[in-house]
Amino acid sequence: MSQIPAAKQGHRPVAVVAFALSHVVRAETNANEVEMLMPVVHEVFAKAGITKDDVGFICSGSTDYLIGGPFSFVTALDAIGVWPPKSESHVEMDGAWALYEAFVRLQEGDIDIALVYGFGKSSLGDLDKIFALQLDPYTMAPLNPDLVSLAALQARAVIDQGIASEEDFAAVAARSRKSALSNEFAQVRRDDSLEDLMAEPYAVSPLRRHCLPPISDGASAIILVAGDRAFDLVERPAWITGIDHRIETHAIGARNLAVSTSTAKAAEMAGVGEGPVDLAEVHAPFASQEVILTTALGLPSDTVINPSGGALAANALMSGGLTRIGEAAQAILDGRAKRVVAHATSGPVLQQNLVCVLEGA
Amino acid sequence: MSDQTYVTKDPRGPVTQLATPIRLDYLFTAGLSLSRNLRGYQRAEFVGQKCPTCGKVYVPSRGSCPVDGVALTEEVPLKNTGTVTTYCVVNVPFAGQSIKIPYICAQILLDGANLSFMGLIQECDVEDIHMGMRVEAVWVDEADLVPSLASVKYFRPTGEPDADYETYREYL
Amino acid sequence: MAERVAVIGVGQTYHRSKRDDVSIAGLVREAAVRALEDAGCTWDDIDAVVIGKAPDMFEGIMMPELYLAAALGAVGKPMFRVHTAGSVGGSTAVVAAHLVAGGIHQRVLTVAFEKQSDSDAMWALSVPQPFSAPLLAGAGGYFAPIIRAYMRRSGAPLDTGMRVAVKDRLHALKNPYAHLKMPDISMEKVEESVMLWDPLHYLESCPSSDGAAAMVLGSEKAAAQAEASTGRRPAWVHGMAMRSEPTMFAGRNQVNPQAGRDCARDVYAQAGITNPREQLDCAEVYVPFSWYEPMWLENLGFAPEGEGWKLTQSGATSLDGGDIPWNCSGGVLSSNPIGASGMLRFLEAALQVRGLAGEHQVDGARKALGHAYGGGAQFFAMWVVGADRPE
Repeated sequence: MSQIPAAKQGHRPVAVVAFALSHVVRAETNANEVEMLMPVVHEVFAKAGITKDDVGFICSGSTDYLIGGPFSFVTALDAIGVWPPKSESHVEMDGAWALYEAFVRLQEGDIDIALVYGFGKSSLGDLDKIFALQLDPYTMAPLNPDLVSLAALQARAVIDQGIASEEDFAAVAARSRKSALSNEFAQVRRDDSLEDLMAEPYAVSPLRRHCLPPISDGASAIILVAGDRAFDLVERPAWITGIDHRIETHAIGARNLAVSTSTAKAAEMAGVGEGPVDLAEVHAPFASQEVILTTALGLPSDTVINPSGGALAANALMSGGLTRIGEAAQAILDGRAKRVVAHATSGPVLQQNLVCVLEGA
Repeated sequence: MSDQTYVTKDPRGPVTQLATPIRLDYLFTAGLSLSRNLRGYQRAEFVGQKCPTCGKVYVPSRGSCPVDGVALTEEVPLKNTGTVTTYCVVNVPFAGQSIKIPYICAQILLDGANLSFMGLIQECDVEDIHMGMRVEAVWVDEADLVPSLASVKYFRPTGEPDADYETYREYL
Repeated sequence: MAERVAVIGVGQTYHRSKRDDVSIAGLVREAAVRALEDAGCTWDDIDAVVIGKAPDMFEGIMMPELYLAAALGAVGKPMFRVHTAGSVGGSTAVVAAHLVAGGIHQRVLTVAFEKQSDSDAMWALSVPQPFSAPLLAGAGGYFAPIIRAYMRRSGAPLDTGMRVAVKDRLHALKNPYAHLKMPDISMEKVEESVMLWDPLHYLESCPSSDGAAAMVLGSEKAAAQAEASTGRRPAWVHGMAMRSEPTMFAGRNQVNPQAGRDCARDVYAQAGITNPREQLDCAEVYVPFSWYEPMWLENLGFAPEGEGWKLTQSGATSLDGGDIPWNCSGGVLSSNPIGASGMLRFLEAALQVRGLAGEHQVDGARKALGHAYGGGAQFFAMWVVGADRPE
């Protein structure tokens, strides 16, 4: 039996043993959320070689505001079939935080296997209006600031502080979508030249259209297993050796938007710098955000970033962060990597961040 | 109460509430499974869908068998008639309500289905409603049929003898 | 394997139909500050914050934990938002407890709230959705037919629900934080009140409240420090669990849901309880409509199936002379800030076994149940707390 790498916190080692996702598309017009999620859940069970009866805990991430009605996560349970009754929970956050809750739950020792999933259809509503509701209801939301404008404020700070240039943003966008050419599940897959991208008009200065994430519908799921049981299911489990998340103040004016202190703290707690990093999946929906995050994560400049294409190639909300963890873990499961970093973000302009370090034998 | 008092020189007093009207428009996806129900309503028909694992028939369907977590694959045409398994009389006004109070809401188990759904009962005095009552659907005029449950105007008593308690005891 | 978890501080707001003296941040802070004071802690002592509330559409703020980070001292810390429908107050506490049990943190602040006066809950619950049947009956209308089915199955006397409505409001008179204060509540008054959804009268239903609840959960080490500095002993978590089942499926027992029974069985097994009525001193149970007391008495194993109403009728669940008082705080029938209501049940159970429930204290209570449920009665969260440290 292989050695399990030492973890930084908690009593029990927990590993990702399977990951599955839907083909991320601009709009899933035929299937509803249950029908979009069900094949992903079936696939992740199949990959792990288990059935729903083996699962001791289920946790999901989603938000009512994407679907336009309360309790949207309730109907999603129909995709799993929670019968006999299961220990189940839900976070109104990206599935990456649902994974965190499942990781914590598995520490108890009474159950070994957890199912985590995230899903959302961004095509149904007006994201700018919806996300304005995520802001302070007294002082910010009534002003209706849209997502792109907030990201543009952040991008301006990055440029003014000499951290990166508009050309750097274009390079990130080009690299991401080109990487996505080898990811059949991604939505935006293309090989653009820097010249073409820089010739685009601004969407909201200093962000050009290529700096923006696509609008996407999608779902993803992960199976977590605690302890040696993971070796019964797969050859190379991706062990979570560090996982932490932090939040910053909501007041945008009180933060230096070009520096992600929460990501840096979470990275420190998760132990990112304590070993080599073969690749990192970083949840940066805007091209201008990647450099902020890679800096905060303390990654060497030659680290492979987002081989999946990242959020610039597929931005299914509420599963995007979970997918970063899944993609990074998959590299270990496939034997392509030994130590990887995954990051997920929530809230306006990177207010809250989660960092996860995974290792394989 | 809270530990501080807020003082303002403004003669109108402190602001205690801020109203921000919000309007959001959403597209809804019925889904493949529910679409079959909706097309059925357009034909004045109830379409049951059967789970390949447990064999239960659901109407309407949200996309899967909630117990087994698999897609419902077989269509089962159902009759217009069913049994009231339980009910309540609504006496309270609320936003979005379109029917004059008091009115009867009942859980109706259509013949051939394994799950009841809530429907409006009319042509029945509120004193007469009872569990086990046999009812039938009254559809809108053919020209007004739409792919929605709005095609069913309401359910009314058929006048048949009550269904045996045992036949619907486990269904609510 | 797991660490022991203690409730070392609790706090709640004065629940009212409208708290126009505080913003949402002010509301949650009021509860949080009281919990910190009770625990003898400062903001810096808290390692993580777990917050829960009902659907975001109630107040119209998407993911409100983001806006509340600074108000709850969470900047630079992990912050988490749980949402499991009406049981959320309870499941939030369970999630927070697992953070301590799993050895991740020493002290976790857990908060739950609802500012219903700022929201339109009725609207949010009945937003018309295309392709769905219109919600013909409103929220209570979902439960009324289930209650009718219970009445039929059990043969309970028709005034059973009204007895609960009176009892819980009398209890509330002894709870300074409770919302509804009805000193002249009586069976006649309940019967005279308007019939909302037959068989439920207006006074048999829960109010709509602004309120927040908070607890500081700590490890054994944190509990020892809290007791040493405040002189108040903690409540120890002896068992906790969550269970869910699908809302609607063929053959579902809506009157006595399996998920509730399984959840209780799990919690009792952890806490070494084989006879809840004998071994528990009191219970705080989520009863938003009067008839749910007899139904949950059965579901939670306090009475055999079909006989829960007998306990209610006999006065066994009353603080005044009963051997198994339920909802001494007044329960959900007296205060209902939806997102917080579940946590209030967990919190009140803890207050009882710490001997700090003041006028509504059950003498000598050493073990209590806290219970929450939500959705179409398909989400359950429960815990058993005790005055003694578990073995």
